[in-house]
Amino acid sequence: MSAPTTYATIDMDAPGIPMSRLVKVELRKLVDTRAGFWLVVSMLIIAALITTAMLIWAPDDQLTFASLFAMMNIPTGILLPVLAILLVTSEWSQRTGLVTFTIEPKRSLVVTAKLIVSLIAGVAAVVAALALGAIGNILAGVFHGGAGAWDMTWTGVGHSVLLQMMYLVQGFGFGMLIMSSAAAIVLFFALPTVWSIVASIVPWLRDNIQPWADLGMAQLPFQSGEAVTGDEWLRLAVSAAIWILLPLVLGTWRLLRSEVK
Amino acid sequence: MPDAARPASGQTGAMIKVEGLSKSYGGFTAVDNVSFECRPGAVTGFLGPNGAGKTTTMRIIAGLTPANAGSATLAGHHYHDIPNPATQVGVLLDASAQHPGRSGREVLTLGAIAMGLPMTRVDEMLELVSLTPSESKRKIRNYSLGMRQRLGIAHALLGDPQILILDEPVNGLDPAGIHWMRGLLREYARRGGTVLLSSHLLHEVEVIADELIVIGKGKIVAQGTKEELLHSAGTFARGLDQNALVNALTQAGIGSSPSGDGGLRTESSPEEVARVAAAAGVVVTELRAAGGAGLEELFLELTAETQRDESTPEGVAI
Repeated sequence: MSAPTTYATIDMDAPGIPMSRLVKVELRKLVDTRAGFWLVVSMLIIAALITTAMLIWAPDDQLTFASLFAMMNIPTGILLPVLAILLVTSEWSQRTGLVTFTIEPKRSLVVTAKLIVSLIAGVAAVVAALALGAIGNILAGVFHGGAGAWDMTWTGVGHSVLLQMMYLVQGFGFGMLIMSSAAAIVLFFALPTVWSIVASIVPWLRDNIQPWADLGMAQLPFQSGEAVTGDEWLRLAVSAAIWILLPLVLGTWRLLRSEVK
Repeated sequence: MPDAARPASGQTGAMIKVEGLSKSYGGFTAVDNVSFECRPGAVTGFLGPNGAGKTTTMRIIAGLTPANAGSATLAGHHYHDIPNPATQVGVLLDASAQHPGRSGREVLTLGAIAMGLPMTRVDEMLELVSLTPSESKRKIRNYSLGMRQRLGIAHALLGDPQILILDEPVNGLDPAGIHWMRGLLREYARRGGTVLLSSHLLHEVEVIADELIVIGKGKIVAQGTKEELLHSAGTFARGLDQNALVNALTQAGIGSSPSGDGGLRTESSPEEVARVAAAAGVVVTELRAAGGAGLEELFLELTAETQRDESTPEGVAI
């Protein structure tokens, strides 16, 4: 058989895919389906509705920049983790992982890109909440005489951002570990709640374990905007290690090793 | 068209090399010590019934499934180590594994961004696989299997790779589509590209491939060029007096067996059978090379076994 003499072969010196391109692709995947698009839009709509509702019904002394911002962080705190979960689990539930991981077989790079994208979404949500809060507060000042106070500490903003990012990364970790959209979302919300209930019923758990292993409880001091103590930081760190770092590490381990089907 | 035959400092050996590959799930062995090679400039057909281990083998080559033993390399490299691999190895593993809410164009756009290609490449590929602009903007949930396959081919060719690995790409295509695919892959191979494509239908592979690898129950059962495999089965002959023909052949030292449809089969060439018949004065009404019967029988055997396994009701002792 007379075969042609030479063929193009594999070029091992070709440039790899830079992280910026992976991030660009993942950002686009976040909003290029109806589900993803409406999840992002619904966060904005809910925030706008909350502002409107507060302007109509809230007492004047509660119509401040700080309280408007705080209210808006509640729906985003719920929806951002869902967004982070779907960003990971859709690769398995829609089986797009087959394509994603053949384009970039170094899965840790894909995971990093997805994590960067969820953090970008988180920061965008905080910025949007600040902007909508400011607009709401200006309107409050116009329509309600005694309202519209602007005093808010940077500590308060910083803590809000920190908590948002924690919810988000926790959702991301749950998504990687569980790999199924529905199960990951249910467990993300149910598991900490069930644990909190059990821990507060059993006296020994309540006294010895819960203060260090209940993330919701450890996050409480950070929601007020007041300064927090070193002890409270330590409790946050320990419970975050259990509820955020552990799922993240185990989830990454699972994602890197499992078979893509 | 993909410009696969870049006359770079190439190699003439195997572009895809699978050596002693094994993979089992629990107690079930999906791939059992499989070895084969695919050379550039040829379309290699990977043939076997459903569940024979074709998809698992291809997934291992693309680094999506870890193997228990053996190795699969592309020009000597593991898929995982190749930089921006989709621009060098085009892979289509399951045309239906796409988000139903994305359009075909969006899927190609995402691929082009990741691979760092100009967006004009998306239009070129859509045109190549004959997806019209309006079809390309439709959601994939509204695509027929044939359209998904065309999109999958477009995605595999997007990065202008030197190697193509396609799992059941002809599945769901109509006869015109199969003809189109044949032309596309032939041209790709002619330009120096390497193609490995799987199918569970002998006829499909026969039409498209130059070389064949047959797999059954995780093991390679036959491999070689299409000519070798399809024409190794001797001669089919039918005589006016069948007994006289058998006797004449026996006297000439040629064994034969009835073929079941009134003719007979021998290991000899048609020419030898014709000479024997002429010398003995036996009238022959039909005489031809028994093309592909060997492979077809082998394949039917493999398929029948799988089908029997599936249709045996539980609890029935055999």
